[in-house]
Amino acid sequence: MNLSNLINTIAAQDGSFYDRTDSRRNAMRSIASVGGKLALTALPLALGSLFQKAYGQTNADITAVLNYALTLEYLEAEFYTKGDASGVVPVGTAAVKAIQTIRDHENAHVAFLTTVIKSMNATPVDKPSFDFTAGGAFADVFSNYDTFLAVAQTFEDTGVRAYKGRAGELISNNTVLTAALQIHSVEARHASHIRQMRWARGANAKPWITGNDTGGIGSAVQASYAGEENTDQASIKITDFVGTNAATEAFDEPLTADQVLAIVRPFIKS
Amino acid sequence: MISLHRLKSETRQLRVFLCLVKPEFSFSRTSSIIHKICIMEKQIKTAMDRRRFLQFTGMVGASALALTACDKDNDNTGGMPAGSIDLGSGDTGILNYAYALEQLEAAFYTQVVVTPYSGITATEQSLLADIRDHEMAHKMFFGKALGTMAIPALTVNFANINFSSRDAVLATAKAFEDLGVSAYNGAGKLIKDANYLLLAGKIVSVEARHAAWIRDLISNGSFADTTAVDANGLDMAAEPASVLAAAAPFLTSKLWAGNLPTD
Repeated sequence: MNLSNLINTIAAQDGSFYDRTDSRRNAMRSIASVGGKLALTALPLALGSLFQKAYGQTNADITAVLNYALTLEYLEAEFYTKGDASGVVPVGTAAVKAIQTIRDHENAHVAFLTTVIKSMNATPVDKPSFDFTAGGAFADVFSNYDTFLAVAQTFEDTGVRAYKGRAGELISNNTVLTAALQIHSVEARHASHIRQMRWARGANAKPWITGNDTGGIGSAVQASYAGEENTDQASIKITDFVGTNAATEAFDEPLTADQVLAIVRPFIKS
Repeated sequence: MISLHRLKSETRQLRVFLCLVKPEFSFSRTSSIIHKICIMEKQIKTAMDRRRFLQFTGMVGASALALTACDKDNDNTGGMPAGSIDLGSGDTGILNYAYALEQLEAAFYTQVVVTPYSGITATEQSLLADIRDHEMAHKMFFGKALGTMAIPALTVNFANINFSSRDAVLATAKAFEDLGVSAYNGAGKLIKDANYLLLAGKIVSVEARHAAWIRDLISNGSFADTTAVDANGLDMAAEPASVLAAAAPFLTSKLWAGNLPTD
């Protein structure tokens, strides 16, 4: 097999091949460097990863995911900033500090993602204009503490699922993938705490998601929990090991971008 | 006895088959095929010298998984202390690494539920039993998914944990949950297959939910304080070496991570 010929052939078919892999020289260097490290047996694998780089995930793909994440963080950051300022959280309780902690994290995520996107020579999306009543579905979101917490829980649980659903698209960039995972688990910590806050007020919401249960919020947020009732992982039946509830709780499920956008659309004015 | 020629041709077919079907296949199924390939290649290997064997496998073209799976024979275990358990290499190694941590957590919460600490509330008892079930589900999942590639059952050492003390149990639980979150966050980049990355993602957020609840039990509001989350709003991410060093005092079994991927 003549690698040089192979690459020339691909380049002839696809004029942008060298752009995708930086340059022909880098393509050859990339093969040479792995070729030096790995046994001959691994060469097909090395080629595969080169093509993955070329055709799998470009910087544009990665910054698109980051802008998607940034949009969700804008939503959360403004929600908690407004919530804290509105006085909906009972003054003099531990809840005030908890909401401020979460608010600060969401604002830090906005700043962090903006920096990362710029560092990749892309443009961060503008902050949308939000309607946290979702067109009236949560009309008293900033005057009724329970409504506020219900919306908070929905945002956090949805956020966890949203990051999870697109982490795979970041697999070619270790730095960005790790940072996304580090945000993802913070959202899960938030979700756990908000659910505890609701539990303390009598809602049937454990820190983890049981089945596709909304924790008593109801059909308005059902889409955020659709699919959480899954009990099969990689074709293995988790119910062979534990009860059905635990089998669903033990694994949080992803949401696709389309599912997430449908969920947040009512909260976005423009 | 099967002829070398037939053995080679069957191995070749299996490898090609594996490359084609892998994306649609469950991990347990692919790992059983890989196991079969490994056994057959071992037989071929004994019948050929090393150079010719490499030519043969190079000609066939190996899938990522097949390569890592058969590594057990070829891995560098030179620095491995006697009596250690090799986690393996590639994605298999990372899954075994997660399997080890889940074994540790499952054993811990099993004990917590069997011998509740003094002053335990009904809610605490119920949610700790939930966590035990989650960790058990994770552990059993990895064991089944890894199949013949799984490390053996580990022996834990909880001699220094006072299970009757709420403070001691919750402090250990917090350490284990935070460690688990940082371990999965740090291992994501080491995973090559997006399907396994998603599975790790499905688990890590549940560990983070546990961590937050345990932290709040110790001190309400500490679910994501500055000991867990940095100024950029990022959770911890840790490399396998430091995670395993933190877990080592709780394990009688010795784990060897020398073949885990580092990039």
